[in-house]
Amino acid sequence: MALKAGDQSQAAMNRLKEKVLTLDTMNPCVRRVEYAVRGPIVLRALELEQELCQGIKKPFTEVIRANIGDAQAMGQKPITFLRQVLALCIHPDLLNSPDFPEDAKRRAERILQACGGHSLGAYSISSGIQLIREDVARYIERRDGGIPADPSNIFLSTGASDAIVTVLKLLVAGEGRTRTGVLIPIPQYPLYSATLAELNAVQVDYYLDEERAWALDVSELRRALRQARDHCYPRALCVINPGNPTGQVQPRECIEAVIRFAFEERLFLMADEVYQDNVYAEGSQFHSFKKVLTELGPPYAAQQELASFHSVSKGYMGECGFRAGYVEVVNMDAAVQQQMQKLMSVRLCPPVPGQALLHMVVSPPAPSDPSFAQFQAERQAVLAELAAKAKLTEQVFNEAPGIHCNPVQGAMYSFPRVQLPPRAVQRAQELGLAPDMFFCLRLLEETGICVVPGSGFGQREGTYHFRMTILPPMEKLRSLLEKLSQFHAKFTRDYS
Amino acid sequence: MGQQPITFLRQVMALCTYPNLLDSPSFPEDAKKRARRILQACGGNSLGSYSASQGVNCIREDVAAYITRRDGGVPADPDNIYLTTGASDGISTILKILVSGGGKSRTGVLIPIPQYPLYSAVISELGAVQVNYYLDEENCWALDVNELRRAVREAKGHCDPKVLCIINPGNPTGQVQSRKCIEDVIHFAWEEKLFLLADEVYQDNVYSPDCSFHSFKKVLYEMGPEYSSNVELASFHSTSKGYMGECGYRGGYMEVINLHPEIKGQLVKLLSVRLCPPVSGQAAMDIVVNPPVPGEESFEQFSREKEFVLGNLAKKAKLTEDLFNQVPGIHCNPLQGAMYAFPRIFIPTKAVEAAQAHKMAPDMFYCMKLLEETGICVVPGSGFGQREGTYHFRMTILPPVDKLKTVLQKVKDFHMKFLEKHA
Repeated sequence: MALKAGDQSQAAMNRLKEKVLTLDTMNPCVRRVEYAVRGPIVLRALELEQELCQGIKKPFTEVIRANIGDAQAMGQKPITFLRQVLALCIHPDLLNSPDFPEDAKRRAERILQACGGHSLGAYSISSGIQLIREDVARYIERRDGGIPADPSNIFLSTGASDAIVTVLKLLVAGEGRTRTGVLIPIPQYPLYSATLAELNAVQVDYYLDEERAWALDVSELRRALRQARDHCYPRALCVINPGNPTGQVQPRECIEAVIRFAFEERLFLMADEVYQDNVYAEGSQFHSFKKVLTELGPPYAAQQELASFHSVSKGYMGECGFRAGYVEVVNMDAAVQQQMQKLMSVRLCPPVPGQALLHMVVSPPAPSDPSFAQFQAERQAVLAELAAKAKLTEQVFNEAPGIHCNPVQGAMYSFPRVQLPPRAVQRAQELGLAPDMFFCLRLLEETGICVVPGSGFGQREGTYHFRMTILPPMEKLRSLLEKLSQFHAKFTRDYS
Repeated sequence: MGQQPITFLRQVMALCTYPNLLDSPSFPEDAKKRARRILQACGGNSLGSYSASQGVNCIREDVAAYITRRDGGVPADPDNIYLTTGASDGISTILKILVSGGGKSRTGVLIPIPQYPLYSAVISELGAVQVNYYLDEENCWALDVNELRRAVREAKGHCDPKVLCIINPGNPTGQVQSRKCIEDVIHFAWEEKLFLLADEVYQDNVYSPDCSFHSFKKVLYEMGPEYSSNVELASFHSTSKGYMGECGYRGGYMEVINLHPEIKGQLVKLLSVRLCPPVSGQAAMDIVVNPPVPGEESFEQFSREKEFVLGNLAKKAKLTEDLFNQVPGIHCNPLQGAMYAFPRIFIPTKAVEAAQAHKMAPDMFYCMKLLEETGICVVPGSGFGQREGTYHFRMTILPPVDKLKTVLQKVKDFHMKFLEKHA
């Protein structure tokens, strides 16, 4: 009997259902994973870009990707010295070229000598090139006013994300009520929630205090921990400082209090410090967990387990695409540290070009070096511009009624709170959308501006936010901020 | 081990890394053209931006075009191509998505014995069930479907076998499977409803004149629509092997066939949590799939360098096989492809006992002694799996020819002494 069109599609559907790998048969943990930074709103942004390419008319001429902390994608230029040294490492013939400064050449030679076969193309040891780990240790020592760092406690990684996931993997054990719980800030960078879902660990939320510039309150940590102990075995406490998406830079007292708390409650501390070079507000200062821990002295310094993370993706470098980072582990059990090395070895090694970049980030040109002046100028320019954009963003948003933006003390984002009228909330619910997702989707459709709804990061019930990067070029940023504010006003009117 | 990188590849990478060089007269036009194409496809025209999680679009298109050419016109869809952080990343990701169930319904993953231990490691990490199928050492490490059948049948008692992993050309074993074998495997996967993983990272490393690389994708397609529309397949390639040897760049891709559209969405979602694979590795992959062609300025030098590397590897493969087979108590199967010798060593009973006294696998004991006495570091067969009571080690064929000869001689001398000592 000949198949009819409808039958054909039913047959096709049946075939789809018979596949080995379907939503029903896949890893259920992976199914639960969400990552809003590249989630549904970004997929829609991509579609809109394609429509624009096809000449379809929109109320805007370009889609602005203010959803992701990717500075170079928004026009920030790479640091010249870094790229010169890397090019020399990649193609050592260039060591004979007059177009490269001497100090860049010396650096490249030093890096290449530390590579197998003197080539970036060789696998390095799994924890990273020894020379570069030593440089990282010295960087940490300088940063922390002389407090020693041991290269064997430093593990290079494929971005900070890779090391964060590795440490979490080591931590997750038990089952049912003894399943590992991990405390994470709300709002958080959704790598944490995604990884906890994937590892089937228990996510334990602690709320940052929006009323007080996203302060971290130990009493809130205590509350979260107490409640968590009913249903899981809390073993780790994650802190993001400077904060993502929230941009706060925690004061020293806070960090001390967190360390004491972690010690009291026997929690493994994970300090995500990838924005350590992105501190803008006057009066704010980056205090590394490692430094504060050591300065607290006994019993904390020699006993509190800590993993701190850094990356080349942020700071003034913005080298996201190279996927380079490191973790420093402090007071980790020696046998566990070996296990970590073993786990990393399965993936051979982090990308070697990224390791080379990291070397330069942690040992930049010295004042006496030929490249110093240009390096410094470029670095300062980037950081100054970020600081100006942080300030502008906070200012413009706070001028808009119904938008309130906490001070952007550091990092690369604003996370303003938006008032949404009840009718809009209702409409969102009818559509099966979180209210701030609804807001952000409408924003995208009407202005081309892509930001990520607060629901993707977590927020107190009944509050709505979005995360927007401060990265678009200054002039464009100003106009975006104004467009966004105007859109919010219109949205509020439309749904009143 | 001293192999030189391919000049053209490094030129394009340097241009991408430091675009000021696009103005330099020391770089050929064809390299500049490729660099510009890659950069234009990157955010901010820079390798420093995150790419799309699936990889830079034009690079995926180039990969698809490469696969289509490689497979004699069998079409590849860029949408089915995912760039990855080395092939290991892609393999690990696909296995992760596949593993589900609990107890007797826990996912079983069939892997060859001997295998490349990424598979056993990932299976262990994911808490999946490892299901061993033995390659036939007597028969040049052939893959026998009867053995697959045996393995699946036994596995069904305690797990849900869903996945079948093939490494072709083989690591550590170096065999290149015949076309018939690949057809048989595909048919078996179709019959038993198994998801096929084809690890083809050594596809450019085929040395034996009697062997050819047959991609699973091509064979699947040529077997007709019942197979080509149904069998779910993921094939993997890498910049780390071949004639490129760009291990440190962590470049790779996977091509997925017949995946449920919702699963493809899940795959991108999972990959997005790690943002993207290193963009410089993606660029390296682009050059691998889009090398200089006849008529282009760099073609001659590129071809020369490529032929030299591959010719050298072929020579070393033969040398290694021949030298090992001259040693009493060592038997090495033909090194048809890949980069390794996996000779069988006959360890005398006394040595086996000595090993057991040291609480070591006998071949680990052997390899440790080899290391201590000669400085030569190889990996015991127990690290890859082998039939009970047999012993092997895996050694690469990568050292320069003269050094390789010395190494092989040293191994021979060590082996003779070892046999004598433990007679």
